[in-house]
Amino acid sequence: MNARGELSAVVCGIGLLGPGLVDWPSAAAVLAGKHPYQRAPTCAPAPALLPPAERRRTGETVRLALAAGLQALEGTRTDPEGLATVFTSSGGDGAICHEICSTLATDQRDISPTRFHNSVHNAASGYWSIAMHSMAPSTALCAYDGSFAAGLLEALTQALARAAPVLLVAYETVYPEPLHAQRPLCDAFALALLLDPRPTEGACARLQAQLVQESADTLEDPALERLRAGVPAARSLPLLRPIARGERGRVVLDYLGPLRLAVTVTPCP
Amino acid sequence: MRPLALTHFTATSAIGRGLQAMLSSLRAGRGALAPCAFETATLPTCIGAVPGLESVQLPRSLARYDSRNHRLTLLALEMDGFAAAVRQAVARYGPTRIGVLLGTSTSGMLETELAYRQRTADGALPSTFAYGATHNSYALADFVRRVLGLEGPATVISTACSSSAKVFGAAARMIEAGLIDAALVGGVDSLCLTTLYGFHALQLTSPQPCRPFDPARDGISIGEAAAFALLQPPGPDTPPATVMLTGVGESSDAYHMSSPHPDGLGAQAAMRQALAVAGLKPQQIEYINLHGTGTPSNDSAEARAVTAVFERPVPSSSTKGATGHTLGAAGALEAVICALALRTGLMPAGLNTRAADPSLGLEYLTANRHVPLRRVLSNSFGFGGSNCSLVLERAAGAQA
Repeated sequence: MNARGELSAVVCGIGLLGPGLVDWPSAAAVLAGKHPYQRAPTCAPAPALLPPAERRRTGETVRLALAAGLQALEGTRTDPEGLATVFTSSGGDGAICHEICSTLATDQRDISPTRFHNSVHNAASGYWSIAMHSMAPSTALCAYDGSFAAGLLEALTQALARAAPVLLVAYETVYPEPLHAQRPLCDAFALALLLDPRPTEGACARLQAQLVQESADTLEDPALERLRAGVPAARSLPLLRPIARGERGRVVLDYLGPLRLAVTVTPCP
Repeated sequence: MRPLALTHFTATSAIGRGLQAMLSSLRAGRGALAPCAFETATLPTCIGAVPGLESVQLPRSLARYDSRNHRLTLLALEMDGFAAAVRQAVARYGPTRIGVLLGTSTSGMLETELAYRQRTADGALPSTFAYGATHNSYALADFVRRVLGLEGPATVISTACSSSAKVFGAAARMIEAGLIDAALVGGVDSLCLTTLYGFHALQLTSPQPCRPFDPARDGISIGEAAAFALLQPPGPDTPPATVMLTGVGESSDAYHMSSPHPDGLGAQAAMRQALAVAGLKPQQIEYINLHGTGTPSNDSAEARAVTAVFERPVPSSSTKGATGHTLGAAGALEAVICALALRTGLMPAGLNTRAADPSLGLEYLTANRHVPLRRVLSNSFGFGGSNCSLVLERAAGAQA
């Protein structure tokens, strides 16, 4: 940490799944302007690492979060068993919420025990620790539309406090109706960042974050801007742009109204 | 970590509004679990409901935040001069330098449950329903920021029943990093049908008031609570006998979504880490507020973990026999009970338990005990295998 309240870490791995974006390399090509953005439904693969019984119980939200986390660790030497994790999502699993509330609105009220324990906001965090045999600390948080910046702050302060890498996973799925009318998230999207507070070989960029009161950056491409504005986890896209381009840059991310998070991105040599 | 002072704290649960009422109940061994008569629930279980929430009124400007969870929040914030203390901290540090880190498991989910009953003919939710201001987990921190005029960083941690213990760790890290000067931490969870019917579906609710660590224990009683603390680095004006947070330990079970590891391996790791952070040996802990939910497997796993970490028995109890299991608020509620224990020397009895299961090897308190206390530990464990232990200390000095 340099100045008071400035947090710093290097990015050692990135995982990304979104509409028409199957992984970080494909997203980076779009963000760098090498490929045009073509929207397509987000695909959340089944987590092969979970035992079959657990795998069957996971819904789209958990699958998406786990897939992004796994992508971020690919090709790194990070030991997932000892890796602390931060999961951030504005809403958790809307499909489960819908099923539970629909059942509770009937006379029977016999909600499924599995759905109930999967309804917790930390479901992805719990399944991740089971899949990775990780007893390391794991948290799950929410700051509504500012959930990505809140997760980044938590991950950076954890990395600083533990002097060890932290995996941040931000994820969101689309709510079914009638909840969707109240919370119209446009797409499923997940981003994972493997952050290390120490200088690390193979890191792609250094991040230096600070709270500011400035307006948040937007994206020029209308389709990408629609994604950024339409999904809290995709409020991370302005941060990913300089990383994808291998450029130095300073971006301002949405957080809590006038309070926002400025991040300076410096490419690692 | 550098110790943080709990300069102010408060709690409201079924056993009382504010610290004095809660302390009177604990001193009298008076629990508050009663047969469930919540909303339209028809379940053979007992609950710890906070009476009178129906009559709490939110400020008109915050009308769209109206929900059982926020009524409980507002009621609790006004106890023990807590809101006034936060406003003083705002005057001292500025509104952007105080963080709001709160825990909840279901937030205002009850409002969504009720809205689903009132869907229109085309399936839409009623126009009066406000998801973002009531049901969303962050609604809790949003509401508290608005009530108290806070403009600093804010997060809601939602890791089931460890939520509002983990906020103490997150706040300590933010203060350590220099992002904030002080933090409002705590937890609020209120009764809703999802948790009542959900724990019932998992066959984890007891038909009678829960009896943690009793040989015949047969499940939990769900409660509701709001508990808050103001954390600040101690300064020259901090009274010497102020309760301090000195250790936080967090871990994951990596075992099962709704059952603890049978030997409490994750719980052991959380307790050991909290002790290490506090720089304490296990024998220096004088009282443990156990998670102690009252289910056969939770209590035996926790007992195994405690007996593995603490070589000799430590006086311990679960206060859930009095308050019920307040889920996402349990961590903060029980931290406040620990802070009261340090302040008054009261180790509260675990109510409803006739005698602790002798096979568990705990020194479980079935009657109140009074001794000057300096170091205590509180456990909170949740679904997803999320574990958190807190160490609270108080310098030697006169106790009230």
